[in-house]
Amino acid sequence: MHARADALTENAASWPEDIFAILQRFDVRQVPYVPDAGHSQLIERVLGASSMRAVPLTTEEEGVALLAGAWAGGQRGVLLMQSSGVGNCVNMLSLTQIFRFPFLTLVTMRGEWGEFNPWQVPMGSSTQGVFELSGIKVLRASHPDEVREVVEAAAGQAYNACTPTAVLLSQRLIGAKVFTK
Amino acid sequence: MSKANLLERRSVVSGLLAERKDAIVVGGLGASTYDIAAAGDHDRNFYLWGAMGGAVMIGLGIALAQPKLPVVVITGDGEMLMGIGSLATVGLQKPENLTIVVLDNEVYGETGGQASHTAATVDLVGVARSCGIADARAIATMADIEAFSPLMQDVSSGPRFVSIKIDSANLERVLSSRDGQFTVTRIRGALGFGPI
Repeated sequence: MHARADALTENAASWPEDIFAILQRFDVRQVPYVPDAGHSQLIERVLGASSMRAVPLTTEEEGVALLAGAWAGGQRGVLLMQSSGVGNCVNMLSLTQIFRFPFLTLVTMRGEWGEFNPWQVPMGSSTQGVFELSGIKVLRASHPDEVREVVEAAAGQAYNACTPTAVLLSQRLIGAKVFTK
Repeated sequence: MSKANLLERRSVVSGLLAERKDAIVVGGLGASTYDIAAAGDHDRNFYLWGAMGGAVMIGLGIALAQPKLPVVVITGDGEMLMGIGSLATVGLQKPENLTIVVLDNEVYGETGGQASHTAATVDLVGVARSCGIADARAIATMADIEAFSPLMQDVSSGPRFVSIKIDSANLERVLSSRDGQFTVTRIRGALGFGPI
């Protein structure tokens, strides 16, 4: 975890900034998350934003329920998590169909593209399928220069059309986690 | 296991909600939702018929979005246990307008009365307090219910957590709407938010 976080600090990527700007533009107010190194730069920006409430979770499904409540109370939100957390959400994802609320989640992928840890592979391999079986539209970004348009499209359809949407941020984009040098 | 002098759930909930004013009330899956419906349908009632473990987090999302409105989550011990981590999340956020009420009958009443963890070991008040919810208490009498009810209106002294041991009688179900879109749209409408 530290290796990837350090790499981001030393050489800050621009795509997390693109995402942050889109979230601001769509008036996203609640940002529940379970930390992931791939989201660390965005989480830092959210924690520093007066217009956004960062909500650290103990498990990802809490975030789905939180966003349903936020919508009932008149606010938009986005759930930040890693692919391994998607499985933790499955029953709670029912809420996206029950309430038809504007659900958006940004998922950093593990278990693909040069993965070192085999324990990440099963959930990483089924992440897209789990979302699709749960009625969530899936978009993917694999290169820095496509993140903005993909997240913009996802936010547009989630918030404007109440179409629950997940964006998978590929491990190719964020870099495989380095365990040994 | 039957215990003397336990409170009756419908009296507890109707007592808590008698002077609810503008409060938004979230009912956890199961009998808590029936209790809230029995106390009277309301356009600020958020009935859950699923999403077990999600009641407190839904309440937190509303509470953060509407910090000037009292938000009350009323749920059961089984539903609370499934979402026990959400007490840690609430303890961190400290929403001053949120009250969490657990109606603790120590059983899973909807599924045949199997014992829950609170029957033997788990002290939910202790859990809530150690999660950072300083105002965590147990209430055991109707007089204390009456005294507590006005506190739920105070949006600057929460979050607060209350465990109320109730008898485990299965009462006749009072069915609320099961239509989630209707429920949420109605609450949003009451708060002045229209459809997309």
